[in-house]
Amino acid sequence: MHNRTIAELADAMARGECSSVELTESALAAIDSASDLNAFVTVTPESALAQARAADDARRRGEAGALTGVPIAHKDIFCTAGVRTSCGSRMLDNFVPPYDAFVVEKLRRAGAVMVGKTNMDEFAMGSSNETSWYGPVRNPWSKDTVPGGSSGGSAAAVAAGLVPATTGTDTGGSIRQPAALTGISGLKPTYGRVSRYGMIAFASSLDQAGPMAATAEDLSIMLTAMAGFDRRDSTCADEPVTDYRAALGNHSLKGLRVGLPREYFNAEGMDAGVATAVQQAIEALREAGAEPREISLPNSGLAVPVYYVIAPAEASSNLSRFDGVRYGHRCAEPRDLEDLYKRSRGEGFGEEVKRRIMVGTYALSAGYYDAYYLKAQQVRRMIRDDFARAFEQVDVIAGPTAPSVAFAIGEKADDPVQMYLSDIFTIAVNLAGLPALSIPAGQSDGLPVGMQLIGNHFDEARLLGAAHGFQQLTDWHKQRPSPEA
Amino acid sequence: MSIDAAEVGQIAHLARLDIGPEDAESHAHNLSGILAFVEQLSAVDTEGVQPLAHPLEMTQRLRPDEVNETNQREAFQSLAPATRDGHYLVPRVIE
Repeated sequence: MHNRTIAELADAMARGECSSVELTESALAAIDSASDLNAFVTVTPESALAQARAADDARRRGEAGALTGVPIAHKDIFCTAGVRTSCGSRMLDNFVPPYDAFVVEKLRRAGAVMVGKTNMDEFAMGSSNETSWYGPVRNPWSKDTVPGGSSGGSAAAVAAGLVPATTGTDTGGSIRQPAALTGISGLKPTYGRVSRYGMIAFASSLDQAGPMAATAEDLSIMLTAMAGFDRRDSTCADEPVTDYRAALGNHSLKGLRVGLPREYFNAEGMDAGVATAVQQAIEALREAGAEPREISLPNSGLAVPVYYVIAPAEASSNLSRFDGVRYGHRCAEPRDLEDLYKRSRGEGFGEEVKRRIMVGTYALSAGYYDAYYLKAQQVRRMIRDDFARAFEQVDVIAGPTAPSVAFAIGEKADDPVQMYLSDIFTIAVNLAGLPALSIPAGQSDGLPVGMQLIGNHFDEARLLGAAHGFQQLTDWHKQRPSPEA
Repeated sequence: MSIDAAEVGQIAHLARLDIGPEDAESHAHNLSGILAFVEQLSAVDTEGVQPLAHPLEMTQRLRPDEVNETNQREAFQSLAPATRDGHYLVPRVIE
């Protein structure tokens, strides 16, 4: 089953070539033999095999769908009833949720088999998967480099062929940047497309769940199962869900108007190898009949600073729930209530999480609110308006996903601002609530380069169609790391 | 905007975070760097621009005021570090 897509595995099961139990056993063995990647925080063999047997029974009854019996893994930010959900934090090392996240429930109902929970930056705060309480994830392409973050375990698991698909979350690039750095495909849907119920909150006006897989076709299968209205998330969009896979063919590259933001291609600090690979990918789109044209997103340079006011502000509020009283880590022998709060939080959170809570607390504190938070919300509107103007002229926007290929573990760990700039091309999309995906588009120094395609609100079908069209012309998405990397 | 170790202490208190004195300096350095970085926003002319809180500018959806969850107190309290008689226990607050 190694390195086969959801679509291929479903076909193989439909033809009776293999069972879900066999696929699940094979995935569990692969996870075990790739433990040096540290992609998983928790593996759930017993429940996975029980789900696989149920999937095989459903297939025998003629009740199989596109995901029935397919092994997948969830980022450890999604609550799973009865299975520890750590969010990569010591704070939740002992947290076993009493309920399932919407996404977990939907994918299980679609017949997918959960084999475990993937490693991630603590509370999804990071771009390298180095802030996890459970240690860094290694990139299967080169084990001295990071897989990106925060959905680094989910990305590494797909890139190494351990499972065909995983879930991720994306607040400032946490699906797309790791997808780019590990040579897989990853989609951040429109804000509100997928319910946030049961997804541990980081920055609620930016957080969005999405799929990670080898191909755009697999992303479309996953999104069809994950999307939909849910009354338990008050920001969930009540919009009809397309059969995204069936819609892939409706969107050809011919005549597709592709905007190339000049700010993205002239960005400071962009690797020459990344720029070249993305230019060649855009040339391939042009040859297939797409119509690239230069556009401008004049405020895009302000996206990272806006984000590092808004996201920490929301985080400082969201993470105030971790108080050592109702669940999660509690310090030993608290002297009084204040000591209980402070030491439980001081011990339970890692450095980056504390940093962001403090930035947010500062930005929201009396006397600074207008200068930081209000100002950032104003510039947020200017960034969103840039995109609205661009989408009057183009259908999608294309550019690099990340300014560099995978960097060395430890390289940026001591300089938060340098780390934040890893998301220079992805963050504006979250501020504007737009859908965007990253697909493998080339290589530089033997490491994968991702191309980002950004679409208008709720235009996932066109994005997936364009990505699928590109993957019919190229085979970057079929490249896999060598097992000895 | 530069933050010193004493200010880190004040912010940490507001956020109810225990930051040891040995870490206050490095936090002061990093927080100052982050604030200097976001400082570039102050140069942007935002006169007359409405703040954007929700990317799609949706309004809050309301639902009928009806009970739609069952009581799961025991399940939820089984996760707590300390409970008694259905209450969460914390150190004594009132002497």
